[in-house]
Amino acid sequence: MQARRFEREAFWAYAFIAPPVLGAIAFAFLPMAASLFLSFTRYDVLTPPQWIGLDNYRRLFNDDFFVGRTAVNTVFYLMGVPLGIAAALTVAVLLNQVGALRGLFRTVYFIPSVCSIVAVALVWKWIYRADLGLLNMTLTSMGVRDPPAWLNEPELVKPSLIFMGVWTSIGFNVVVYLAALQTVPRHLIEAAELDGANAWQRFWHVVFPVVSPTTFFLVVTGTIATLQNFDQVYVMTRGGPTYASATFMLYIYVTGFQYFQMGYASAMAWLLALGVLLVTRSHFALAKRWVHE
Amino acid sequence: MKVLPRSRALVYAILIVVAVAVLLPFAFMLSTSFKPPREIYEVPFRFIPRQPTLANYKSALLEVNLARGTLNTVAIAVPSTLGGLLTASFAGFAFAKLRFPGREALFAMLIATMMVPGVLLLIPQFSAFAEIGWVDTFWPLIVPGAMGTAMATFMMRQFFKGVPDEIIDAAALDGATPFYLFTRIVFPLARPALITLAVFGFKGAWNDYFGPLVYLSSPDKMNIQQMIAATQNAYGGDPGILMAGSALAMVPLLVMFLFAQRYFIEGIATTGLK
Repeated sequence: MQARRFEREAFWAYAFIAPPVLGAIAFAFLPMAASLFLSFTRYDVLTPPQWIGLDNYRRLFNDDFFVGRTAVNTVFYLMGVPLGIAAALTVAVLLNQVGALRGLFRTVYFIPSVCSIVAVALVWKWIYRADLGLLNMTLTSMGVRDPPAWLNEPELVKPSLIFMGVWTSIGFNVVVYLAALQTVPRHLIEAAELDGANAWQRFWHVVFPVVSPTTFFLVVTGTIATLQNFDQVYVMTRGGPTYASATFMLYIYVTGFQYFQMGYASAMAWLLALGVLLVTRSHFALAKRWVHE
Repeated sequence: MKVLPRSRALVYAILIVVAVAVLLPFAFMLSTSFKPPREIYEVPFRFIPRQPTLANYKSALLEVNLARGTLNTVAIAVPSTLGGLLTASFAGFAFAKLRFPGREALFAMLIATMMVPGVLLLIPQFSAFAEIGWVDTFWPLIVPGAMGTAMATFMMRQFFKGVPDEIIDAAALDGATPFYLFTRIVFPLARPALITLAVFGFKGAWNDYFGPLVYLSSPDKMNIQQMIAATQNAYGGDPGILMAGSALAMVPLLVMFLFAQRYFIEGIATTGLK
């Protein structure tokens, strides 16, 4: 055992780690502190920030629009996340039973995950078009009269976006689940079969508990991404119709970068971040009941 | 899991239906992109255009100027990806194999940044970049990635932990510097991890929409995603041009995916990269 191996080992090490560590300070820690400061100011980028105490937060709690955004985010989270995960787990379990073609199916399912959300959104916008979109053309040819304007109906816009979201994310989630399914011990499945468990019982009592850490990972990361959803909504609907799909993130973007109320937008950002933190904490708290490590 | 032969057919049927559902929008996009204007609105929808044309692609590349957008995207994606590979692997190596005071604390600090929601950083980063005159330049989109993200550093550290200590000790006994050891011996070993990281870095930079939306405003500086999104409002939102543009924005990544699929799948399955 040598105490020191290289000449000036620590010097080299600090030089090696300097870029990411300085990056973390410059692009994460300082901005975070600045963001907290800005949330107590009035700031339009052009003139220096002006301290206004808790005014932004007070305004936020009386902002009906803000409450509405919370509701929109909640719908995307409560519907989108479970649906995406349930679809992916179903497909992964089925895919895990086929041999030769598994790789091919996996490749196909993964394609949407490679593509940019903008390109994908433009295609889906065209599919959902009221007059001559692919969906309504198909429905009309099947005899459906007056098919709905998917993205222009306040009740339909969120389910339509959520369905598209499931389509976009299924490949990624399936790949993660397939890796987890390889860890399900064969002898457990066989033992369950010997005990006369049917396919559903084998899934529910053996497979699901074994992959539960993966489900937990997908729930947590999926929730964090969903609560900060911007690109899809911005390209597809700009938050319409009548703000039915306007997410929190969209409101922050518009407030900060179109109205240049950066102080108010910073206060919103902190509330969203706290919301994300609270939801994540409750996921971790609930995990004890269903996640098997 | 064993299944009955009859349910095996059902399994395949479901998987095929899902595959068709996944591919259908792409077929729709490609079909529309090759159609002349008068065929686009024809009912019922025909997947094979009667008179296929490349006019939409020509308009997308030249009029919408996706050619320019592609160059801009490459000018952002390449330096940020390559820079990130270099910085993250130096740092990952140091965190995995070198000994220095504060190693664990500094690493924990770096990892902590992964938990900061991006929404908090947006406005202060913007105002800082505005302060130094970087708004409407590529720098805000290149520099943070090129300095090595926490995720990339974490991945490289995991990889270098698997390099046998004997190699490190032998180099130390020979009087090599850590720099020599890293560049001549360790870095070349990391090829698979580097390819995985490069693939995800390039994908992230190529597909980025929000960053350019915030930082780039001059039409000649926009990246490809901004340009196709802007096409919606220009050219009367011509579906042919829109679909050609979307197809062009997907092609480079699809090609990369088909050739480097292994690295995509491994990266996701082992570390949950996105």
